[in-house]
Amino acid sequence: MDIVNTPNTTDISSSAKLTSGRRNRFSYALRKAPLNVKLCFAIVAVYLFAAFFADLIAPFGESELVSREPFASWNGINLFGTDQLGRDVLSRLIYGARNSIGIAIITTSIAFLMGGTLGIIAAFFRGWVDQVVSRLIDILMAIPGLIFALMLLSVFGTSIQNLILIIAILDSTRVFRLARALAMDVAVSDYVESAQVRGENLLWIITQEILPNILPILVAEFGLRFCFVLLTTSSLSFLGLGVPPPMADWGSMVRENASLITYGDITPLIPAVAIALITVAVNFIVDWYLQIRGGSNG
Amino acid sequence: MAEENATIEKVESLPSGTERGPLLLTIRNLVINGLVDDTTVPILRGIDLDVHRGEVIGLIGESGAGKSTLGLAGLGIVNEGCIIVDGSITFDGIDLRNCPESVKRHLRGVRVAYVAQSAAASFNPAHKLIDQVVESSEIHKTEPRKRAVERAVTLFGELALPDPARIGERYPHQVSGGQLQRLMTAMAMNCAPDLIIFDEPTTALDVTTQVEVLGAIRKVVQQFGTAAIYISHDLALVSQMAHRIVVLKDGVKVEEAETRRMLASPEHPYTRTLWAVRSLEKSATVAARPILDIRHINAAYGHVRVLEDVSFTVPRGHTVAVVGESGSGKSTLARVVCGLLRVQQGEVMFDGTRLPPLRKERTRDILRRIQLVYQSADTSLNPSHTVRTLLSRPLRLYFGLKGSAANQRVNELLDMIEMSGAYIDRYPSELSGGQKQRISIARALAANPDLIVCDEVTSALDQVIQEGILKLLMSLQRELSVSYLFITHDLATVKAIADEVAVMHRGRVVRFGEKNAVLSPPFDDYTQLLMSSVPQMDPDWLDGVIQKRPGESTHEPAQVVPGKRTKRADRLG
Repeated sequence: MDIVNTPNTTDISSSAKLTSGRRNRFSYALRKAPLNVKLCFAIVAVYLFAAFFADLIAPFGESELVSREPFASWNGINLFGTDQLGRDVLSRLIYGARNSIGIAIITTSIAFLMGGTLGIIAAFFRGWVDQVVSRLIDILMAIPGLIFALMLLSVFGTSIQNLILIIAILDSTRVFRLARALAMDVAVSDYVESAQVRGENLLWIITQEILPNILPILVAEFGLRFCFVLLTTSSLSFLGLGVPPPMADWGSMVRENASLITYGDITPLIPAVAIALITVAVNFIVDWYLQIRGGSNG
Repeated sequence: MAEENATIEKVESLPSGTERGPLLLTIRNLVINGLVDDTTVPILRGIDLDVHRGEVIGLIGESGAGKSTLGLAGLGIVNEGCIIVDGSITFDGIDLRNCPESVKRHLRGVRVAYVAQSAAASFNPAHKLIDQVVESSEIHKTEPRKRAVERAVTLFGELALPDPARIGERYPHQVSGGQLQRLMTAMAMNCAPDLIIFDEPTTALDVTTQVEVLGAIRKVVQQFGTAAIYISHDLALVSQMAHRIVVLKDGVKVEEAETRRMLASPEHPYTRTLWAVRSLEKSATVAARPILDIRHINAAYGHVRVLEDVSFTVPRGHTVAVVGESGSGKSTLARVVCGLLRVQQGEVMFDGTRLPPLRKERTRDILRRIQLVYQSADTSLNPSHTVRTLLSRPLRLYFGLKGSAANQRVNELLDMIEMSGAYIDRYPSELSGGQKQRISIARALAANPDLIVCDEVTSALDQVIQEGILKLLMSLQRELSVSYLFITHDLATVKAIADEVAVMHRGRVVRFGEKNAVLSPPFDDYTQLLMSSVPQMDPDWLDGVIQKRPGESTHEPAQVVPGKRTKRADRLG
């Protein structure tokens, strides 16, 4: 006499077969993604490949002086010519991928760790905790970002660690705002309350109850933040306060070769295009990801 | 057209006997498919339905049976993602399946109308009520606005809305839910349509409000001779409205009969299960020591007092039902017991010791022994956890079980709730409503609790699923001798599972005691009102209630026709 279960089985089982496992669903969506999204994935893959295997694919060393002639034009040995000290531009471009992307990923991760954790905590506890943290963040946000970063970098000196930490802290304010707003809704849900009634600790509630439910949007935001951080470090490098020489970085490469523009040489635009291309690619991927998660996540 | 003639002949040859008007809506062999993730799922599988002028058809079935899809099809509307595969829909000679959209648009609002389940979601909060009520007559230019407003005001009066002349000047948030539902009926009736579809118009309302709305709707429908399709999952409600009842299951019509005949002798076994909860009854249990003893507690949200001097006990292994309408403080009581709200005065004793007021002050063992099951499993199960995570977490937390030991226990728990291990890696969104609620119950059971607080656990489910859950709770109680504090607004549920009953009204316990004592006369005013509002499987029930409501004023409750009331109480208790 199992009348209870039978009426539901028809519609449930058919849809469940299709939706079992989130990973499958993702690869299915990827296969069905439009061509431009696939192209963007390919671009990102090329960049990552360059970053990981820079040592193997770069024809010359990162700061190796390969030519006596500074600002050499494009030729058979130095495909993109040489820079002001006679270093190979192509090699520096490839090493630059490692430095620029690496710094951007580490910075964004730290920003998300700090901002995300604080945001969820503020949303979960509310009251004075929320007030104190939110007001501190407000103060940081009130100062224009790039100028603040410039000031801090000239105070603490330019090193990679300082660069990463300062940009991460400044960027975590935006992440905090987003994470707090998202977690606010989840923190008052019945399942979080039920976890509290069960006697769960804070770590479990943050990482297992709240985080998975706000993750899709945070992941999308991670992509966007990554682009902003890349642009910020590049701008700082362009202004001479970013990645310290002789390390290669796209921003500083634009600056170092900037004077060539006056002579109608497009070499300084190559690192600029490298920055633009990955930013656009990541943005397309983020848009697509939000689209596929928007409908199915509920 | 030949087909239509054949239909009429067929209808005339039906033996039901009552005189009917001419045929208004004819649905023949209607097949509608829905599209779920690139696969088609049949929603309706060949339905025939006739609606005559002035006739009210009741459409019942559990959720997912295709009631709403059929109702909308009667208006020539198919929900997004659904397609009509086969069959015909003919409204007064117009082929609704094939005619152009412009023709259908001229029908809607004027000749056919729709009353949705949630009036609150269907009114535009930015416009005054009267503008929305007369909107369809303005769009279709059936009459000047002044006349339309006059008609609306008359209708407001007929529907027993307060201050008919001026209520239209208000905005939707300024009237109550029951009033809004009646206003929506007025909106549908304003152009005097030939056919109205009522899609569960009272499901979202309290029992006491439901009676008023139902009475009002029936009065105007009868008065104007409007044909209607009344969709509901509650057979008792439908039987008040409908001349004829159609039972749907999985998109198939399983039974169709004239109301009284359907109630007296349902033929199909499925129809009989729709009585399910009403036929459940728990036998008396032996007395036991109290596991929970609530002593004179007061509680408040800010300055709003919600509980006043509430005391009662829950004996070990018993089920105590707390009944009352929304706002009576029953859920607050659950929150106090679970340590989510601090009491202002009084104390709660649990198994002989005083319970610390807030959950943070309670030991993990006490938290383990009192478990809470929420009304909506949709919101109380984390959507990003699988069944395995949901059930194994309490095992890990309270008993340190992990790995294969935890797995084994999860499978045992799934067995206990009559679900198989195949569900273990499903996400909540991949389960049906009843299954989700079972998982919530299993999660509570995983803690081996002494007391489970059930907050309206069955009210979001339909009758058949409710019966399954209630039976499950009872059999679990027999096996594990767990106690339930069962919060509900439904007296049929109370009758089905309770040993003791506490009736709450405006934050006070107005009546507490053994079930049969509480549910038999003499009643206090409020219990009386609550009891009389529960729909009965009797087509004359609503007439009786409405006749008596005015006379049943709060001054002299116990004296009015005690004989009749006793009879009703017997049926209930």
